[in-house]
Amino acid sequence: MGFATSVALGLAGLFAIAWLMRAGARAMFAGSARAIAHDMPLTAAFGILVIGVYAAVAIAAPALAPFPEREIVGGQFQAWSAAHPLGTDRIGRDMLSRLIYGARNTVGIAFATTALAFVVGAVLGLWAALVGGWLDQGLSRFVDALMAIPALIFSLLLLTIFGTSVITLILVIAAVDATRVFRLARAVAQGIVVMDYIEAAKLRGEGSWFLIRREILPNAMAPLVAEFGLRFCFVFLSISSLSFLGLGIQPPTADWGSMVKDNATLITFGDVTPLLPAGCIALLTVAVNFVVDWQLHRASGLKEQ
Amino acid sequence: MILTRVALGIGLLFVVSLVIFWATELLPGDLATQLLGQSATPETVAALRAQLGLNDPAPLRYWNWLTGALTGDFGMSMGNGRPISDLIAARLGNTVFLALYAAALSVPISLILGILAALWRNSFFDRAANAGALTAISFPEFFVAYILVLWLAQTGLFPSMVRINPTTGLAERLYMTFLPALTLTLVVTAHMMRMTRAAIINLMASPYIEMARLKGMSPLRVVLRHALPNALAPIINVIALNLAYLITGVVVVEVVFVYPGLGQLMVDAVSNRDIAVVQAVALIFAAAYVALNLIADVLSTITNPRLMHRR
Amino acid sequence: MTNFNTTGQGFAPISRRGVLKGAAAVGAAGLILPYGATAARAQTRGGTFRIGIGHGSTTDSLDPGLWDQLYVQTFAAARHNYLIEVDSDGQLKPEIAESWSSDDASTWVFTIRQGVTFHSGKTLTPDDVVASINHHRGEATTSAVKSLLAPTTDVRADGNTVVVTLEAPNADLPYLMTDYHIPVMPGIDGKIDVTSTDGCGGYIVESFEHGVQSTLNRNPNYWKSDRAWFDRIELLSILDPAARLNALITGEVHLIDQIDPATIGMLESRGVANILSIPGTGHYVFPMDSRVAPYNDNNVRLALKYAIDRQAMVDVILGGHGAVANDNPIGPANRYFHAEMEAKTYDPDKARYYLQQAGLTSLDVTLSAADAAFSGAVDAASMFSETARAAGINLTVDRVPNDGYWDNVWLNPNGNTPFCASYWGGRAVEDHMFTTAYASGAAWNESFWENARFNELLVAARSEVSEDNRRAMYQEMQQLVSFEGSTIIPMYTNYVMGVSKAVSTPERLSSNWNFDGFRCVERWSMA
Repeated sequence: MGFATSVALGLAGLFAIAWLMRAGARAMFAGSARAIAHDMPLTAAFGILVIGVYAAVAIAAPALAPFPEREIVGGQFQAWSAAHPLGTDRIGRDMLSRLIYGARNTVGIAFATTALAFVVGAVLGLWAALVGGWLDQGLSRFVDALMAIPALIFSLLLLTIFGTSVITLILVIAAVDATRVFRLARAVAQGIVVMDYIEAAKLRGEGSWFLIRREILPNAMAPLVAEFGLRFCFVFLSISSLSFLGLGIQPPTADWGSMVKDNATLITFGDVTPLLPAGCIALLTVAVNFVVDWQLHRASGLKEQ
Repeated sequence: MILTRVALGIGLLFVVSLVIFWATELLPGDLATQLLGQSATPETVAALRAQLGLNDPAPLRYWNWLTGALTGDFGMSMGNGRPISDLIAARLGNTVFLALYAAALSVPISLILGILAALWRNSFFDRAANAGALTAISFPEFFVAYILVLWLAQTGLFPSMVRINPTTGLAERLYMTFLPALTLTLVVTAHMMRMTRAAIINLMASPYIEMARLKGMSPLRVVLRHALPNALAPIINVIALNLAYLITGVVVVEVVFVYPGLGQLMVDAVSNRDIAVVQAVALIFAAAYVALNLIADVLSTITNPRLMHRR
Repeated sequence: MTNFNTTGQGFAPISRRGVLKGAAAVGAAGLILPYGATAARAQTRGGTFRIGIGHGSTTDSLDPGLWDQLYVQTFAAARHNYLIEVDSDGQLKPEIAESWSSDDASTWVFTIRQGVTFHSGKTLTPDDVVASINHHRGEATTSAVKSLLAPTTDVRADGNTVVVTLEAPNADLPYLMTDYHIPVMPGIDGKIDVTSTDGCGGYIVESFEHGVQSTLNRNPNYWKSDRAWFDRIELLSILDPAARLNALITGEVHLIDQIDPATIGMLESRGVANILSIPGTGHYVFPMDSRVAPYNDNNVRLALKYAIDRQAMVDVILGGHGAVANDNPIGPANRYFHAEMEAKTYDPDKARYYLQQAGLTSLDVTLSAADAAFSGAVDAASMFSETARAAGINLTVDRVPNDGYWDNVWLNPNGNTPFCASYWGGRAVEDHMFTTAYASGAAWNESFWENARFNELLVAARSEVSEDNRRAMYQEMQQLVSFEGSTIIPMYTNYVMGVSKAVSTPERLSSNWNFDGFRCVERWSMA
């Protein structure tokens, strides 16, 4: 039970720090920043804190990690000790160091993938909705066809064909995700393009790119942001599932999704090692979505209590 | 409108078959080299290729397959010489059974949790349900499965793997497939629950809800009578999306629980370059996806009269 | 019992016999017995034996020429018999062939056992044997053993015997007849039906679904009285390692293969299963394409050979269930194993020295690996990369897809994978191993290695009569492969299985193949 207790204590600690942070922000800031801090629920403060910690860890990984990410420093699956606070992995690399570098690699890859998927998917989706007609039909039907192929199997096919470098991994997962983003962006934008202010802008003679950027995007932002939160976290899962099927990230790069897979058989014996990277993913997912929920709530204009 | 959609769906199946055929063509190696594996020599590979008809040009092979499929003949598995319809029939049943089982567990759970979360929004319950659901989806599927096996199978409550055959009775089957169904439930619940909550909350600021509340209606009644019916369209859509996932995307759960479903068949067929099987399974998946989306659209139109009389 | 007459040019048959005896002796010495293994008890009949195997796919074939993995191999051993069986001591033992003999090692006569029936009720005749062998011969065959049987010029039935004629003497022919690809199946008009499961083995197929499971029931008319103890066999294909472990722990299956080495200790401490670890001839290798730079320089190859930590690999990748190999494909289980060769240990200074000899100060190489090559190949490559770094070698690991590995990566078909991971099940006969993977121009010479002296010795050794000279020749060849060859062989592997305590296993298991030479289904029984 030691592990469960320490996790519970850790989470409680994070919440406490988040509460203090929010209190500090309320006291220190003035004007609109203060209003935001005042409205902020504790969960959102917690989310921001966690994201901040992850970002800090990702940036400062080389300084924080006690060992290089690739170096073999001990035997296989050593127990937790002073030298190796979280033990060692399958081939004797320091687990803590790999988790820290994993933050940098995994978050970096997930962010690049999601950003790419959103830029491509959202722009095409908004454009299709704005222009309509044949372009819309062509793009939509093509995306439908791609979405009708199971994502995992489609990625498996593409990665087998194009290889498994980090770049192809990002491109393939982004391509699969972009189809989902396209659909959402198009659906949202369809409700917007019929609005009067779009008509007015069109009559002013504004180009498509201006319309997308200045008129449609700001109004379609809320649902896209919500989707971003979930998609971002699903990238870890995609990498993990792909490595389950034998395609993953190149060694010796540490990445949480592959780390879960590499150590997964240990869970059969109740060993907590594979829970560490899985827990890192879960914590980030929850944190990101807490913040997203808060932003959605603000955007919806629903004021209560 | 439905007829147009069906026609579009059929066109979509055609595009899917082209994409899949093209992708499998690009894969290195072919069925002959895969079947012979490490023991392949140029001679035996050539002999096997000739025997399997792999020497025909790709467009001709696609044409042969297409004409066969149009007449309902999906052909034989080139890997083991059995008719593809036989191979698929039993597995399709298994896949649909597991998908329905998981849906029967997850749809009520996510609707109830979503409604309660919307009702008590921003309460501790809301946050906890949300965090729990998010945690569940942020674990990879195989990992959720391993943990369930550790807790529920190693203690002897449920079997760690599914061993069923066509004669297995329903009760036995439900017991045997409980763990895979539970795994999938945990995987899909969060998405549906969050959408239910969001769709309802989205309506809570509307004037008519305000009106109902001012009349002194209980909050639960407001949600159930006024908000939910108008929020059904997005909820139905997300349920359809998740049902499609339960049918097409569960290969990992199938592997972990040794469940003979279509996902495993498709992955096997891809790695063995058994293109006829890949095509047949891909078409089933695509058809399921199209059909579910169609049903979702029809249902949302029925539940929302405003959509029925659009412009 | 075994009529092994040899006259005339009898060098080969004698040596063949010797090889088997030698192999058996070493194998026995190296055998690791399960904890608490006791002398063989009286075996009991009955029970359902369930096996979880980490292989199997929906495209598995019933065509014996296409069998290639443990699932179909075990399924075959349950329902079929072969002409000759390899027993747990590594000796050839009559099965459907009651006896065999040859005067010149060119014409072989197999006397076929009388009164054996197939499951269908058909009586087994020499014609069935001829059809079963002919399935793997001829222009149009797609069999994986086509090349093995290519030197047979004629196979015919003669009374109650089958006569096999070879184009050149080969004392190993009886050994070839034990190959798992060549079961005795019923012939119809001189051909076997490759879609049928009919056989003459101890179990009758009740149902099978490729890639899922097959069930078999005991053959009541089985001609062996001291075999096939179980009433029923169920073979399950369980591809996921954790699922296999769970199935063994929860008692859903009695035997599993491919246990993740990292979990062996934990599994043992559960007390529900024994770990059986049987040294075989299998070895993991990293071949380098010796035709291309930098691998065309033996100094570079030696530098890499000294930059790998063999002991650490045995400990981590095999969990100790194997042995350090000295870049030698001939293992301790082989008869002419060269044990006195200078051992190569991890030595960064020596590696640097050889780099200098090659005129280099540093070296950049890329090692392509996928777990399809062998379980743990990617981890092994990562470990290699780390130890090589200390020697000034920048070894980049390229993790390639499992899918298509043997087509796309192995044997450097596209010119971009000159250095990769590979696996050999090993061969009981030195000549077989060398001819297959090290002879000049051999189809599977994965390092494209050419060595005049080696090729000369290889031919000479086949016809060498003197035992001592022959040993000296094979040892020189091993020396050549180890120190001038282009293949890094860091470790020999054991066959590792997890066996439920509900099942009783013989005191000695065959080191010929996994699962007691696939014969666990008929040799083992319930405890």
